[in-house]
Amino acid sequence: MPDLAVRRFTRAERLVHQTTLILMAICLATAAAIYFGPIAAAIGRRHVVATVHQWSGILLPAPFLLGLMSRALRLDVRRLNRFTRTDTRWLLGALRRVPHRDQVSGKFNAGQKVFASWLAGAIVVMVFTGLLLWFKFSLSGIPRAGVIAVHDLLAAAITIALAGHAYKAYTSTGG
Amino acid sequence: MADALPPDRLEPHDETAGRPIGRRIVLSTIAAGVAGLFVAPSLQEKWSQLLGAASQRDPTGLSGLLPNPGGFRYFSVAGSVPEKNASTYRLTVDGLVDKPTTYTLSQLGAMPQSRVTHDVVCTDGWQVDDVPFVGVPLAKILDAAGVRPDAKAVRFTCFDGVYSESLTMEQARRPDVLVATQMLDQPIPHISGGPVRLFVGPMYFYKSAKWLSGITVTDEVVPGYWEEYGYPIDGWLPGEEPAGA
Repeated sequence: MPDLAVRRFTRAERLVHQTTLILMAICLATAAAIYFGPIAAAIGRRHVVATVHQWSGILLPAPFLLGLMSRALRLDVRRLNRFTRTDTRWLLGALRRVPHRDQVSGKFNAGQKVFASWLAGAIVVMVFTGLLLWFKFSLSGIPRAGVIAVHDLLAAAITIALAGHAYKAYTSTGG
Repeated sequence: MADALPPDRLEPHDETAGRPIGRRIVLSTIAAGVAGLFVAPSLQEKWSQLLGAASQRDPTGLSGLLPNPGGFRYFSVAGSVPEKNASTYRLTVDGLVDKPTTYTLSQLGAMPQSRVTHDVVCTDGWQVDDVPFVGVPLAKILDAAGVRPDAKAVRFTCFDGVYSESLTMEQARRPDVLVATQMLDQPIPHISGGPVRLFVGPMYFYKSAKWLSGITVTDEVVPGYWEEYGYPIDGWLPGEEPAGA
């Protein structure tokens, strides 16, 4: 059996993914220490935890934005953006529970495209609402309860989506 | 194997052709998030009521893990906080007073008590309606110590070793400001700032310092812990500002 390992991504792209992963992990861990009573009680140090959370959050888009200097990354962004008939077929197949290995895709399947696009939008909303919360007492016209609700609920949705992303990454072997 | 696929699934396709659905998903997600800012408060209210009701009958406590549960949330700025009980707790009153005093828990209990019921509102967005607190009105403690004429403010320190708060003398003398020993008609538990915490009814809950151990009368307002990080010193709840404030 010849070695079939293929490098799907360049070094720059992997670096972007790894730094984003680290920032996201810090964001989620500090969020847990702010949000869940028992963890908050065990860790305390609220100001330190909140500061780390704020900075890891605001830096979250930075690796991607810097990565746009890479041609390979820009090409992959274009691939993720464009949905072809193959993707429509893939999504319909996924709804009918056709095994992914029996489906045809380009470099990214339609599920990965939807995930990437949704996460990009979600991060924009998280950074925006996070900044509103950070600079508290300077809101005007935006209900504070709404900012908190969107930030909290979207954080929960992102956690679930990332769990699915990690599960797929560990259980899929390509195809 | 690829050559086993039916011909219609082998059509060559350019991955960067096709429609820009990804961009539309990004923009729709952002639009939904912005719309949520304005729609969420009313939905959240119903959600909170539902969760509040559910957590009353939830022996597992799992409802506390759902977003925005009704009820209190724990905050501490310190790493760990020592526990104090009736025999180890002390409250010192000093600064610009004629009679610096140290109170034990039972001495506080022997003073005139007052009951204040008020909504508890945190700047982080949670709220618990109509929470009864019982304790000694701060004004009584100040009167007992004999505040000097040049005193302008009161500073509070806590036995977590870190937290502090401040009120102007006028705010400190309000009847809805308590040195509280009971919350929800129970002795205040350690995790809620017991055995003694400040309760400033008309202000955001960060003003109600937990684990109160020191009251110092000062000639000017000394910003408290969160106020050093930009919180307003006058933490009035919306609509609670006194006329002219």
